[in-house]
Amino acid sequence: MSTVYSVKKGLDIKLLGEAEKTIIDLDAKRFAIKPPDFIGCFPKMLVKEGDSVKAGTPLFFDKYRENITYTSPVSGKFVEIKRGAKRKILELIIESDGKFESLDFGSTDAGSLDKQQVTEKLLKSGVWPLIRQRPYAVVANPDDTPKSIFVSAFNSAPLAPDYELMIKGNEKALQAGLDVLAKLTSGKVHLNIHAKLNHPDTFKNVSNVQVNTFSGPHPSGNVSVQVSRLDPINKGDVVWYTDVQGVITMGKLFLTGKYDSSRMVALTGSEVLKPRYYRAHTGANITNMVVDNVTDNKNRFISGDVLTGIKIESDGFIGFYDSMVTVIPEGDYYEFFGWAHPGFGKWSFSKTYPSWLTPNKKYRLDTNMHGGLRAFVLTGLYEKVFPFDIYPMQLMKAILVEDIDLMENLGIYEIDAEDFALCEVIDPSKISMQELVRNGLELMRKEMS
Amino acid sequence: MKALRKFIDKQKPHFQKGGKFHWLESTFDGFETFLFVPNTVTTKGAHIRDSIDMKRTMIVVVLATLPALIFGMWNVGYQHFLSLGETTDFWQNIGYGALKVVPIIVVSYAVGLGIEFYFAQIKGHEINEGYLVTGMLIPLIVPPDIPLWILAVAVAFAVIFGKEVFGGTGMNVVNPALVARAFLFFAYPGDMSGDKVWIAEKADTFSGATPLGNALVGNFNHFHSFSDMFMGFIPGSVGETSTLMILIGAVILLYTGIASWRVMVSVFAGGLVMGLLFNWWGANEYMELPAYYHLVMGGFAFGAVFMATDPVTSAQTARGKYIYGFLVGVMAVLIRVFNPAYPEGMMLAILLMNVFAPLIDHYVIESNIKKRLKRLKVAVNS
Repeated sequence: MSTVYSVKKGLDIKLLGEAEKTIIDLDAKRFAIKPPDFIGCFPKMLVKEGDSVKAGTPLFFDKYRENITYTSPVSGKFVEIKRGAKRKILELIIESDGKFESLDFGSTDAGSLDKQQVTEKLLKSGVWPLIRQRPYAVVANPDDTPKSIFVSAFNSAPLAPDYELMIKGNEKALQAGLDVLAKLTSGKVHLNIHAKLNHPDTFKNVSNVQVNTFSGPHPSGNVSVQVSRLDPINKGDVVWYTDVQGVITMGKLFLTGKYDSSRMVALTGSEVLKPRYYRAHTGANITNMVVDNVTDNKNRFISGDVLTGIKIESDGFIGFYDSMVTVIPEGDYYEFFGWAHPGFGKWSFSKTYPSWLTPNKKYRLDTNMHGGLRAFVLTGLYEKVFPFDIYPMQLMKAILVEDIDLMENLGIYEIDAEDFALCEVIDPSKISMQELVRNGLELMRKEMS
Repeated sequence: MKALRKFIDKQKPHFQKGGKFHWLESTFDGFETFLFVPNTVTTKGAHIRDSIDMKRTMIVVVLATLPALIFGMWNVGYQHFLSLGETTDFWQNIGYGALKVVPIIVVSYAVGLGIEFYFAQIKGHEINEGYLVTGMLIPLIVPPDIPLWILAVAVAFAVIFGKEVFGGTGMNVVNPALVARAFLFFAYPGDMSGDKVWIAEKADTFSGATPLGNALVGNFNHFHSFSDMFMGFIPGSVGETSTLMILIGAVILLYTGIASWRVMVSVFAGGLVMGLLFNWWGANEYMELPAYYHLVMGGFAFGAVFMATDPVTSAQTARGKYIYGFLVGVMAVLIRVFNPAYPEGMMLAILLMNVFAPLIDHYVIESNIKKRLKRLKVAVNS
């Protein structure tokens, strides 16, 4: 307990619109499961439009991994499949009946079950996809036995929600969930807390896990960072991870036998009039959150944080893994001699703008790219926000030339696209690094399977 | 500004696909983005981006060269009038210097940017900003009397064979500004070396030898003082004489984080260590020259601050930067003292290390890979 894993390299981007610690109920009528949230999943439908469903009713399974089913988060009627280009399934929309009834999966103490039984229960209820694996950041493969499981009890991203609020009142479910995870691994379950973002007493009484303390700026909350410090991934290793709300959902499943998809969601961002927390369910529609609660600008709605979140519409749905919605202004304006301007009030990680004079100022940042795409020019810059023993630029170049061996040697198993988000933000060459790394990971996954 | 924006928006379709001037798209885009930061928004990955872009980065480097440039202009005039034995005031010196230096800058930018625009056009890319810096560095490392047509040829050679054949900014192996200088040095030695070229239109009777030239022939009796060399009151290339002004540029580069302090510090360290070694050896008078003199003579400081630190052509790993920088410093002093044919060792040292930088990086990265494989082995065995 006494060692603190301190993350030195990184960056906290300070934004306006942090959520106040007031919690209200979100009155959402429609909910959606979005198959694109599950990387590499090819959905095969199990229900038809018009079918009534309960929480835990299977909606589809993955064509490539048939044992993983994805279920409805709420009860009601399955009303619509939203498709995109090439008929790709984007959203499965369920209209809630407001009762939040679940199929009964039977309440059992995880302690009395073996790995097989625990896995089956998680798979059947559709709670399983909450567990993801490294490498590749895909839904965990039930046939694997991970060498350890990681749970981050904090989120270090800009405007991230306070996980302590989510844990409050759910301590019992949290412990039950941690017991479930302990059944799944041959190694340890790591519960990682942050020296400043977490209250030390919250986890005083948890058992069956190893609690580790981290400190430092984002990305200290990223799984990859925590794994790299505690139990680095070698070729062939598998590590699983989930977040606190995922653990709570698992715990509730075993305590009550019900799939309770309720989760707390923070509404944040500079364009939100009243940023606060909502009691919602997985995949909730955000309309009632943002209607009359955002500025009149042209805004961008993001499910997740500004670094890694997914763009949604103002009547879109929260992603499966997300605990926050961020609203920031769009930046589709021209700026006269913007690059030559002294730039007071503009934010930059570099000291070429005066923003370093006001390190505590909170900014209202928009989605403007602030420049055009260029080749990699600056070197030694990305390393400043990349707390791994990995050469980020060299790895990205290996991905660009699709050199599988080099990618492996340079440590691609140890990272995920989200770890490059900060590099992407501060990059003067404006390269889409997360997409690049994601492509590399997908290439790797196809090669290795 | 709004009227200008409207005008650009009106002209834009002519330069886009299907327009009459489609073949000038990159050029148009270059001017448009010069005037206005574009309105593109993030579509994938992170939703917010830093305000810095390549233009901002490059302009900071150009800014950092300004002290050396302005002093250089003054010094060109000062040295000229000094050789004639005339006493002049500040404005006369700088006026004369400007007359000499501004045409060099204009030619450098016109030729270089012209070629850049042409290549961007045929590749269908946006214009790279890299030449904004190169185009300023070249005038600073040539003698003030350089014939402009020779300069134009050198710039064309440097941009085409130093950069564009490799794929443009970010892909080049050697520093294009130094390629230009090396080209001049080897193709037109009469205009690039000796005692005659370093003072603009010098009086014939006046010795125009630079400290390096003096040191080479063993003329240590009329040697410039350390303070003269540090302040820059010596003949030499336009922008390289004043170590003080170069250090002001260094402060800007290091503070903004655009140049690597690792490279800069280790170049100076390398030069100093090599100089001290020579002092200890002391086989001839040049070797006995105090080690710190090397750091203010010739192009050492300028090379260390503006040339060796080029992020593209220097080593790209943190550890590699130390090794690379140190060897640049060592080689520069080594070449100076040992090789009478090349009095300016800095240029060759940097070019040489540019070529070796990928090799240094290779070994640094290899050690990272080995560490990873070792961890795997330990994990498998346990």
